[in-house]
Amino acid sequence: MSATTAATWVRPKRDPSWVVRLFDWKPFLVFACLLPAVGLLTVFLTYPLGLGIWLAFTDTTIGRPGKYIGWENFEYLLEDRNWWNAVFYSVFYTGVATIGKFALGLWLALLLNNHLPFKSLLRAIILLPWIVPTVLSAIAFWWIYDPQFSILSYLAIKAGVTTENFDFINTPWSARFSLIAANIWRGIPFVAISLLAGLQTISPSLYEAALLDGSTSWQRFRYITFPMLLPILAIVMTFSIIFTFTDFQLVYAITRGGPVNSTHLLATLAFQRGIAGGELGEGAAIAVSMIPFLVFATLFSYFALARRKWQQGEGND
Amino acid sequence: MDMITRRSVMLGSAAALAAGGASAQTRTQATPTAELNLPIERGATLRMLRPVRFVGPDEDVWRLNAARFSDRTGIQVRVDFVGWEDISQQTAVTANTGAGPDMIIGFNEGPHVYADKLVDMSDVADYLGRKYGGWMTVAQKYGKRHGTNSWLGLPFGATAGPMVWRKSAVNAAGYSAPPSDLPGFLELCKKLKAMGKPAGFALGNAVGDGNGFANWMLWSHGGSLLDEAGQVAINSPQTLAALNYVKELYQTFIPGTIAWGDISNNRAYAANELWLTSNGVSLYFALKNDPATRAIAEDTEHTELPHGVAGGWPSAPLTLNGMVFKHSRYPNAAKAFLAFMLEAEQYEPWLDANLGYWAHPLNAYRAAAVWTSDPKIAIFRDSMNNRFWNGYKGPITEASATASNEYLLVQMFASVASGQNSPQDAMREAERRARRIFRR
Repeated sequence: MSATTAATWVRPKRDPSWVVRLFDWKPFLVFACLLPAVGLLTVFLTYPLGLGIWLAFTDTTIGRPGKYIGWENFEYLLEDRNWWNAVFYSVFYTGVATIGKFALGLWLALLLNNHLPFKSLLRAIILLPWIVPTVLSAIAFWWIYDPQFSILSYLAIKAGVTTENFDFINTPWSARFSLIAANIWRGIPFVAISLLAGLQTISPSLYEAALLDGSTSWQRFRYITFPMLLPILAIVMTFSIIFTFTDFQLVYAITRGGPVNSTHLLATLAFQRGIAGGELGEGAAIAVSMIPFLVFATLFSYFALARRKWQQGEGND
Repeated sequence: MDMITRRSVMLGSAAALAAGGASAQTRTQATPTAELNLPIERGATLRMLRPVRFVGPDEDVWRLNAARFSDRTGIQVRVDFVGWEDISQQTAVTANTGAGPDMIIGFNEGPHVYADKLVDMSDVADYLGRKYGGWMTVAQKYGKRHGTNSWLGLPFGATAGPMVWRKSAVNAAGYSAPPSDLPGFLELCKKLKAMGKPAGFALGNAVGDGNGFANWMLWSHGGSLLDEAGQVAINSPQTLAALNYVKELYQTFIPGTIAWGDISNNRAYAANELWLTSNGVSLYFALKNDPATRAIAEDTEHTELPHGVAGGWPSAPLTLNGMVFKHSRYPNAAKAFLAFMLEAEQYEPWLDANLGYWAHPLNAYRAAAVWTSDPKIAIFRDSMNNRFWNGYKGPITEASATASNEYLLVQMFASVASGQNSPQDAMREAERRARRIFRR
């Protein structure tokens, strides 16, 4: 009897509560799981960006809320020679510094890819300029470029190379190139380490095959290393261009955009007008005016450097 | 709001007691004046912001004075010290949100920017002015609403930047002191350059020193950024004369001044590379307090910059300007506090503690001990008797601060000095930028 009872006993089936049913419903679950991420993006990305763009269309100052004025800020910028100066120098700075960083970074990566004694120690040392907080390296360069107390001028005078202090940041063109040199110094490690990682993914068998065919080292670089590096080169270059174009600390700490606005980047000019000068609307307009350049730079490095089919996962060509 | 008069009576009698007993401790001659009638609100507590100290005793004495106010009135006062570059932003947030501290001591134009958010200070200013020999010129300019006699702010002190020069170098050039006329001054700088002991003034993006030099040059030639009505008036023959003068003067400078920040001239001067410049009193004290540079301090003199046609020392002192916000629940307590801090019993020890970094806004305080403590700082005593301010000759506005922070005049002079622009071009460019900044 007890056996029959056991056999006929069924687990009482309870209706799941509405909460359980709700969480079992897939669309809701997806929505709920996305919510924290969407919230974070909205609060910390969409809202500030949106506010920045809105401010660009107002005449807000730090002391006073503004009103909508349409494209007036942008119209003013188009006739403002300081803005055109900043556009020119931002493009020039980014172009020259990127070329410098990639030429030297690639060279350094190729050197580091060889079997050297103390390889890991050397790689760690190479990273130093990039690890040091930008402000610290900026202050170091500020001293190196000081009109009176530059260590380089001091050494050059001691060595009898020159009798006067070097002019690093007192005239426009020397200031422009001094800042580019500082930026290249800071940017090389990022490029070198990233490209080194790329170099190490290249299969040695390709080089072996090329050696058997009697290739020269230039041919191995040109037909194996370079094409195999291109995908990572594209990514690294995109990042590098964005970082360089939006650079702020180096320029602001060393020259503050001087002499007479000749080294303002769009980022430093935006800060100068918006925060130091208090014209928030105009500063925001300058910041917004960087967006087209950044989009163009990103698209360029993507489509110019990464257009091979196999890089987009569509098989080999 | 509940008003109790008992407290105001207490405060009054305490002040009267202080005035009676003060003559023994303070040197300031106070004129007997009817007490301020500020009925203090029940349960008042106060919060204030002010810029951080130059020297340690500044903060100590300020806190001691605030504690004394609390003892006398039972009003707790919380004082926060804020970095200089943050004061204007914090003032903006406080004014626009209507929340935060009851009062702020800011800089220069602060009260004029937020005029409609502030409690009128005329009663306190009139009382202090009557009691302490009247407000000095710059104090009146920065305190009063433009063209009226109503007070928006309560100036607490100012600091000016005179010429700082090495006696040995100027004497060796054949002068007992720098000439007070502009052509003579240029002549001196040429001689200093020839001796290898050059002069130098900041022409870089330096808020204090750069603007100080540019203002001096413009005003001493009779030019000004604005006219009395606040219209842009930079395009003038006087400006051209100033630009041509700077073009010549720059040739006598130590190399690199176009790249100078606020600290550069201090460093070059302390390193015996620069022999004549302009700066606040901080340079002198830095030299005096360091045994390695004490000899330079002893060889250093302060003189007013050449007046040119300005008819007075053409310098706009950096001014501390106190304001009380309408959103404060205890405006009378806040006003009573600021007045209390400007009374001789509190103000004079504070002034002395500042060693000359800040100069008084009220005439009676010229008797303070600090001004005879070191003959070389006596020149700072009359800092606030200057007749110039940022944005001279116009009203004090937010835009005049923008013009300084954007280095409008400094860059006009620097672009001519460096040969980047002709004087006419530089002046037109400055006019274009000024029209934009002062468009409203």
